[in-house]
Amino acid sequence: MTSTPPGLNEVLGRTFPFPKRHFLSVTDLNEVEVANLLDLADGFVSLNRQTAKKLDLLRGRTLMNLFFENSTRTQSSFEIAGKRLGADVVNMSPRASSISKGETLIDTAVTLNAMQPDLLVVRHASSGAASLLSQKVTCSVINAGDGQHEHPTQALLDALSMRRAFGYIAGLKVAICGDVLHSRVARSNVGMLQMLGAQVRLVGPPTLMPAQAERWGVEVFHDMKAGIAGCDVVMMLRLQLERMDGVMAPSQREYFRYFGLDREKLAKAAPHVRVMHPGPMNRGVEIDSEVADDLSVSLIQDQVEMGVAARMAVLATLAARLDNP
Amino acid sequence: MPNRPLAFVNARVVDPASGYDGPGAVIIVEGVIADVVKGAGPGSLSPDVEVVDASGGAILPGLVDIRVKTGEPGAEPKETLKSAGLAAAKGGVTSLVVQPDTHPVADDPAVVDFILRRARDIELVHVYAAGAATKGALGERMAEIGLMHEAGCVYVTDVDRPIANSKVLQRVLLYAKAFGVAVAHRPADPWLSAGAAATSGEFAARMGLPAAPAIAEKIMLERDLALAEATGARLIVDQLTTAAALESFQRARDRGVDVVATTSINHLSFNELDIGDYRTFCKLDPPLRHEDDRQAVIEAVAGGLIPVIVSAHAPAPAEDKRLPYDEAAPGAVGLETLLPALLAFHHEGRIPLIDLIRAVTCAPADLLGLSAGRLARGAPADLVLCDLAAPVVIDADKLVSKSKNSPFDGRRLQGKVLRTLVDGRTVYQA
Repeated sequence: MTSTPPGLNEVLGRTFPFPKRHFLSVTDLNEVEVANLLDLADGFVSLNRQTAKKLDLLRGRTLMNLFFENSTRTQSSFEIAGKRLGADVVNMSPRASSISKGETLIDTAVTLNAMQPDLLVVRHASSGAASLLSQKVTCSVINAGDGQHEHPTQALLDALSMRRAFGYIAGLKVAICGDVLHSRVARSNVGMLQMLGAQVRLVGPPTLMPAQAERWGVEVFHDMKAGIAGCDVVMMLRLQLERMDGVMAPSQREYFRYFGLDREKLAKAAPHVRVMHPGPMNRGVEIDSEVADDLSVSLIQDQVEMGVAARMAVLATLAARLDNP
Repeated sequence: MPNRPLAFVNARVVDPASGYDGPGAVIIVEGVIADVVKGAGPGSLSPDVEVVDASGGAILPGLVDIRVKTGEPGAEPKETLKSAGLAAAKGGVTSLVVQPDTHPVADDPAVVDFILRRARDIELVHVYAAGAATKGALGERMAEIGLMHEAGCVYVTDVDRPIANSKVLQRVLLYAKAFGVAVAHRPADPWLSAGAAATSGEFAARMGLPAAPAIAEKIMLERDLALAEATGARLIVDQLTTAAALESFQRARDRGVDVVATTSINHLSFNELDIGDYRTFCKLDPPLRHEDDRQAVIEAVAGGLIPVIVSAHAPAPAEDKRLPYDEAAPGAVGLETLLPALLAFHHEGRIPLIDLIRAVTCAPADLLGLSAGRLARGAPADLVLCDLAAPVVIDADKLVSKSKNSPFDGRRLQGKVLRTLVDGRTVYQA
């Protein structure tokens, strides 16, 4: 199954159809499209490690970051991705600016759309917000996280990190652990990993597990040691601290005891296990620093690097579509 | 008021109150039904009678919808009593009960009186008012139930807001009973339902929507039934929508508890999958349920366990609906689509026509003691002439409601109102 990734020029030379204007959900993608995106992202990883990192695939294009929720990490990842491809990048934070005072999401979007951006990257606290926007604007919309629904570029960068670490994804046992209920990262990853043939497990207390999650075609575990036993990848999710303290879990220390990733629990996983986390981490709550910082098991820094490459792949693919409508 | 007598002849006459569904004629004199001819007839009519040949059409009693929201007073851009009246007339609804969750809340006789006077001045359909069960519909202190009753309110309810405090509901039930006033209560556990925009399950989980479990309805219903049984008061269970709650309801009824439940046309017609890609027109309260629940509700209507169907007309303008799903206002307009949506079950052969019509005519009228919902000699001439089979495509933009939030937009249905009469006056003609 292991294969050498093709070079960037070879992938850019491919003419594969990407028949969508927007990038909203992993359920909109098929396996071939994902494989092409991953190949392309792989090429961008090599590019990003060179001194001269800049291409002009997006020259003349305007990328607008529209983040209704603050996220330094994702926003700068998209900003760098856009700039490396030669786009003009504008960051809008409607919350901090006056643009959204009394305006609905759609009003804001229509206003910004009139400024003729080509690519609109949206993060919003409500599920379905990106899809709603995409129906009202003429540019391409990229979902950078909508409520508890999806975060498709995160799933793409996670797949890229796994593919680079193992050389393949089909057949990998992946345990996604923690607050699955509120996690858009988990939803996108379940869809993406299942499409790519991984075996997915969800691990967490019943209060943080979505209703009927077992019907997603995954195995559900409430015992973390059993859940990660024999797994190739343990993907930890961020837990909002306000959800502990008796709301979703009794306390931070009890949560860490049963669902925090430490050496002892990790020892149940496969010997070559890799640990992932979408960040930002709550050290000592869902993950022990000792595990997070151990570069022999942790892919967490890689994930950040892959984030830029994966987003470049998405932007380049959508821009190619803009060039040939 | 037309002085010339009017006769609809050669029609299919459907009158659930008398159990008649067959050929016949209806003769109207001075705003009152002078005669209902069942079978062939009416033979010779005096020459001053205006005769309408209704061949191919059906005459139904005007529909009675006991759960209608307007925006008057307080939110007139949503819907006024006039626009709701026009929508009702177009939909064949001749009597409606407006809900008290207006601004201000109809929790005192003055607001009830205002609504009734406004409606009388508009002179379209019969408008009745429900009063709030508690002050401000906040579920804390009893509203002036006696005075509102005197002002003409036909039942009390806090509408969408369940009365969480059992002691408050117990007192409301006991107090209202003394005045013979029915209390409608929404069964929904407020804590399980807080912030919910959908029903828990695979669909809501995948879509990342905040959801309440279906048993939130059953839990509150069990309490309400126990209170109704203990107080002997008249409880109307406002919109049963889940299989689990229906099972509780059936058990209580089997034990002889005297309660009545309604359901909405929306929960008979849609399930949660209709939400699709976050269609906010399908955001309702109670939220849309699983298909199993919908089937159970249809069975409950077919079997008579749920005798009353409401439109749950709840206008919400575009600015309240064109928002991310969890921020959008719940509710759907329904006055104009009630009849064709209902007829779908007749055309599917699922529920006999006469039973469907009963649930929107004499059953709700009798529940509240309204003089409406029947084609009988001496009854007010509130009736609908319609083509039961005419195909229609619902176009939300063409609704006469001020708000166009219809989940039926684009649906292909059958059934078209041709003419609506209230007290013998034609208030709508296609």
